[in-house]
Amino acid sequence: MTRSNFSLGRLLEVGAAWLLALLWIAPLLYAFWAAFHPSAYVTNFDLLAPLTLENFKVAWSFAPFDRYFLNTFLLVTLVLAGQFFFCTLAGYAFARFEFPGRDLLFALTLLQLFILPEVLIVENYRIMAGLGLIDTIAGIGLPYMASAFGIFLLRQAFKQVPRELEDAARVEGCGFLGVLLRVYVPVAKPVYLAYGLVSVSTHWNNFLWPLVVTNSVDTRPLTVGLAIFGAPESGVNWAVISAATLMVIAPLLIAFLLFQRQFVQSFMTAGIK
Amino acid sequence: MPRLKSSTLYGWLLFAPAGVMLTLFAFTPTVATFWQSFFSRGTARRPSRFIGFDNYEGMIADPVFWQVAKNSLWYALGTIPTSIAIALLMALWVNSKLPARTLVRMAYFTPTILPMIAAANIWLFFYSPDIGLLDQIGRALGLGGHNWLGDPSTALLAIIITTIWKEAGFFMIFYLAALQTIPPELKDAATIEGASRWTWFWRVVFPLLMPTTLFVLVNAMINSVKLIDHLFILTKGGPNNASKLLLYYVYETAFSYFDQPYAATLTVVILVTLGLLAIVQVRGLDKRIHYR
Repeated sequence: MTRSNFSLGRLLEVGAAWLLALLWIAPLLYAFWAAFHPSAYVTNFDLLAPLTLENFKVAWSFAPFDRYFLNTFLLVTLVLAGQFFFCTLAGYAFARFEFPGRDLLFALTLLQLFILPEVLIVENYRIMAGLGLIDTIAGIGLPYMASAFGIFLLRQAFKQVPRELEDAARVEGCGFLGVLLRVYVPVAKPVYLAYGLVSVSTHWNNFLWPLVVTNSVDTRPLTVGLAIFGAPESGVNWAVISAATLMVIAPLLIAFLLFQRQFVQSFMTAGIK
Repeated sequence: MPRLKSSTLYGWLLFAPAGVMLTLFAFTPTVATFWQSFFSRGTARRPSRFIGFDNYEGMIADPVFWQVAKNSLWYALGTIPTSIAIALLMALWVNSKLPARTLVRMAYFTPTILPMIAAANIWLFFYSPDIGLLDQIGRALGLGGHNWLGDPSTALLAIIITTIWKEAGFFMIFYLAALQTIPPELKDAATIEGASRWTWFWRVVFPLLMPTTLFVLVNAMINSVKLIDHLFILTKGGPNNASKLLLYYVYETAFSYFDQPYAATLTVVILVTLGLLAIVQVRGLDKRIHYR
């Protein structure tokens, strides 16, 4: 490898890799440019253009973003708590208990990997209406809680736990729930972290189902709020839309930049299993 | 009556909460979709009634459905191979001794964590006629302006490009994970044998990555059905249905035209497609599990 490091071919390759990276990050860089400059500079890339926070102020005052932030925060917290609860129990059942119908149930559960809640918007809307949960945060979150993906991940993690650990805990008098909480959950901590990161970023970004099931400011998450705000007919200018867009992605983006390694690792862990 | 084994009892008890949720929000709506597709659209005067396969006949006679089906197929063909190829290229680069590797990896991966709606907002500006960035660059190069999203011949292409940009970095991660499991001795052996990098890639790396490629392929296929968020911002399926995808048509039919039975009929098409995909994938998984 050392010799080829200096070859022309290698140089071209590095150039191409960088160019692709620039191309991939360009939309985001551009959003930064537009958001922090007066709207006169939206397409005028003058390096000496004055910087401003005015666009953020305008965006913040144009739409109830504070409420949207709260809604999204409540939503991702609720979904994550629900997923941890339902997937832990079901994952434990599939990993450690023999019961009639287990394999069939597991296969049915995995079907949900393909038939996602997004696809079932029509009938799920009727069910939510029947439950009186239209336009509630719970209504947005419920279809995602018993996630096949989470059940599968935790089942795999729990299967790796040596039986001796469980036996030791039983000798000390733990019941089957005690064993789950004292032995299995702690061992699977990295999987919880990985799954948690993937889940939070998925639901922070989710759009279609929240759009269908919400219809008021009190429940709308950020993505739906942003879509309404940025609609061309709203007549808001580019600089302000860019500012709003950056506000929406900021928490996730900052978290990603700070914990890049964990993010990448999490998506890897979640994918390999 | 035989005594219930404790493991049976606990197993069922532990599965029950998730089972209730899955029944309510996955199994029931799936079955209900099929059921609903056999009913007529109810109005205030005439309640919904059983009409057999009439909705399906209506669908086959619906030119918009065929247009949408064709678009969805092109969308799949346009996004899946390209984003997988780019993802693989990205992974190979990021896995090599590249200067500023962390930065490059970050650039590739960032679109993955952005909401599609936010990304679409930014891309909308790129595609806008005249004031948009693409047209500005085009003008600087002496080309005429073009209404990328307003022209039926380029609208779907614009949607496809945005999707590729969003997905490639996500798929890169899986390839990266797989590349890191290839033992370095293999590379040493190939170097001693005098294999070129080209040979090394096609004869060793690519075959070893095959399971990952299959996994990514299935993911990309599922995404090509469900990833429609950007349509709401970029084209709303237009102009003249030129960029309308199946799931968007379902949404429109159910929540803009309030024709739930027809929306259910269209959903059946999606369910059958995904079901077939599941069968193919489960067979593939079976093979993988055997040699584990």
